[in-house]
Amino acid sequence: MSARVSAVPSTQPLPERRRIGDRFGDLFLHGLTGAAAVAAAVLLGAIAWKIFQLAWPAITKYGFAFVTRQGWDTVHNKFGALDLIWGTALTSFAALLIATPLSIAIGLYLSELAPRGARTVIASLVELLAAIPSVVLGLWGILVLGPFVGQDLEPWLHRHLGFIPLALGATRWEMVRGVILPYTRTGVSAAILLGFGRAIGEAIAVTQVIGAGHGIHWSLFVTGDTLASKLAEQYQGAVSNIQIASLVYLAAILLVISLLVNLTALFIVRRFSHERIGGS
Amino acid sequence: MAVDAGRYSLTLSRRTRRRKVVNLLMQALATLAALAAVAVLALVIVSVAQRAASALSWDFFTKTAATFGQSGGGVANALVGSLVIVAVATAMAVPVGILIALYVSEFAPPRVGDLVRLVLDVLNGLPSIIIGIFVYGLLVIGSGQAAWKGSFALAIIMLPLVARATQEVLALVPGTLREGALALGASRWRTVLGVVLPTSFGGILTGTVLAVARAAGETAPLLFTTSIAANAVTWDPRQPVLSIPYDIFVLSESPDPADHARAWALGFVLICFVLVTSLSARLLLARYRKRMEG
Amino acid sequence: MEADTMNVVAPIEIAQPREAPRSASDREIVFETRGLTVSYGKAPAVTNVDLSIYRNLVTAIIGPSGCGKSTFLRSLNRMNDLVPSAKVEGEVLYHGQNIYGDGVDPVEVRRRIGMVFQKPNPFPKSIYDNVAWGLRVLGMKDDLDSRVERALTQAALWDEVKDRLRKSAFGLSGGQQQRLCIARAIAVEPDVVLLDEPASALDPIATSKIEDLMHELKNEYTLVIVTHNMQQAARVADMTAFFTLERTESGGHGVLVEYDETPKIFTQPADKRTEGYVTGRFG
Repeated sequence: MSARVSAVPSTQPLPERRRIGDRFGDLFLHGLTGAAAVAAAVLLGAIAWKIFQLAWPAITKYGFAFVTRQGWDTVHNKFGALDLIWGTALTSFAALLIATPLSIAIGLYLSELAPRGARTVIASLVELLAAIPSVVLGLWGILVLGPFVGQDLEPWLHRHLGFIPLALGATRWEMVRGVILPYTRTGVSAAILLGFGRAIGEAIAVTQVIGAGHGIHWSLFVTGDTLASKLAEQYQGAVSNIQIASLVYLAAILLVISLLVNLTALFIVRRFSHERIGGS
Repeated sequence: MAVDAGRYSLTLSRRTRRRKVVNLLMQALATLAALAAVAVLALVIVSVAQRAASALSWDFFTKTAATFGQSGGGVANALVGSLVIVAVATAMAVPVGILIALYVSEFAPPRVGDLVRLVLDVLNGLPSIIIGIFVYGLLVIGSGQAAWKGSFALAIIMLPLVARATQEVLALVPGTLREGALALGASRWRTVLGVVLPTSFGGILTGTVLAVARAAGETAPLLFTTSIAANAVTWDPRQPVLSIPYDIFVLSESPDPADHARAWALGFVLICFVLVTSLSARLLLARYRKRMEG
Repeated sequence: MEADTMNVVAPIEIAQPREAPRSASDREIVFETRGLTVSYGKAPAVTNVDLSIYRNLVTAIIGPSGCGKSTFLRSLNRMNDLVPSAKVEGEVLYHGQNIYGDGVDPVEVRRRIGMVFQKPNPFPKSIYDNVAWGLRVLGMKDDLDSRVERALTQAALWDEVKDRLRKSAFGLSGGQQQRLCIARAIAVEPDVVLLDEPASALDPIATSKIEDLMHELKNEYTLVIVTHNMQQAARVADMTAFFTLERTESGGHGVLVEYDETPKIFTQPADKRTEGYVTGRFG
């Protein structure tokens, strides 16, 4: 055996110091990664704070009545969110009506019925469907289905089409989540909620297709707007400060709804996984 | 030998038969739904491709948009714009995402780790238009639009995706691997950077690619941060630049059919990009999984 | 000569004749544990161990499963620190210094006391880099190539891998991977190498290669091996410590029953429990 070639003999008693680099490195890495995690939380808080800060002039002016008032009058600066909340709820629920059974069916197919080889292929295709940007789906909606049917039915289609991108948007999310989440009641309900969260926030595809309108209708045949699409439409048009603040007030309402829906979904998922661990 | 075997009977009862029929019906519907999803995907791709065909040309890719009133021109400014915006967004999001994932995976006590993951999930669920308004309020008011500000908005969207994917991949690294490194007398940070991270590289890359695919298609965050742009092609992130999805958005609402054709063509480019990146991410992930299993 | 089956009742054959060892008490003590008790949370895993490990000997830790053998082993290089709920009481004196004392750096402890694990865990790197990584990280970068070669040679792996050093370590067989892990551990020139059931995941041929290796390695290093295979302990160990499980209302914990030179443990055990175990009367 050759003689030991050692920079530091290893059989000496343990020294009380380590190379400073190592100790510093450990602390530095711990600190840096911790700072990044804190930054994420700060970011979340900053988003909420900024939205409410920008909306503040409108909040102080209109108060909570904003949520219950109809109409968007830019001439007299009379703004209300009710039409838009209604539009958001209507389109999103209708989208869910289409998307949910479809998603459950697809999830069922993928988890129970698909032959071994086809499963990954079809799951990949479903994920690809989810990956299609909503602006392309909206493009398809506005240019393909609209002119296809003709003038008379156009208003009907504008409303009706508002869903298809929404439905597709919600569907994609639910389908992807359905593939990942376990196939149980809690899993499916969380997926539905998350899909709903996606649908209410969908601004672009809806804007392209829905046609800027107002009023509260049960009918799906009239043009309308949602919170998100209103924001997208007016982004360049808003002139006065109060108009801008009112628009951001809409964003604040959207934010609150979105947070509620998403947090509910996330808690369902977490409670489910705890049940799994604690149960059988 | 009993004539009536009772509940040991081997023939199908009426109730079982009916259940079988219902079962088959459900199976048929489920299969139909899956096929419908695939069909929709194919339909969208094919119809976009068809309508895009007329506008795709060399000029389309290399020339920038024509000045108002003139015909011709291409979308080079949008292509370059998207490239710049997404590249800068990736550079912002990936390092921070990896750091957050490292914190959750290597340093955080379990409850804190859960909290951070909750924060990431909430961030992920925020409507992208709200993120656009946030960045608008934070950076654009008073100083104008710029590509990098749009990148910042996209980075916020990419961050939870990168962090989540990285964290999941780090969790796949077996504890015995860390033990092997620590047992040599390596310090924590050397173990993480020298063994754990390189082992996870494939998964991190996949997560990044998927985040890029998502960011490339986002329109809403760019509406307020980088939409009012000149027609020239510019590589400077300090200028507001046009982006592919925003251009599609604008062109799709224009009355001019030539604009529609360009919208289709851009849509086709975008779909191709998203599909290619998503597929390669899947392949990467499959190859990475195989390597991890030894 | 190997014992044929696991369930032999007759006294076990001791392996090839050894040179008459210097009696253990002449040797330098590397480790001395005093009242060592390791608990996970409230539950003690192994209690009150007083044991001395001697230089350049192979010391085997045997006993039924669950009696804290691995826990004891891992307390020798502070690997239990990695488990948040682990608590250590008592002292582990390494060359007279308590490794759990104030101001002691666990990283330095592990540099001198290496470990090989039950399931081979090579890094997803090349064979060369598996050995070289530790060297680079610990600042032993001079003459890297010859250090790597030396470690692989000592681990009886050099001839099999010298033409494919840059290939991935995962291309090796299980037995080769384990020898690579041994090479990796000894490359950084530790004082002691702890082996936690190193051959339990390997086939008999690979196992005997590892056992032959230990005979060689003990010339330079001090080895402590945990094994559930008492024939293996009889074959490779100079000293053997027998642990057993002491049952209490709240479960059980491990205790050291007997510790002596291997021939004595297997042919003339002092404790009835030791005799019961080595003659196969239980477990």
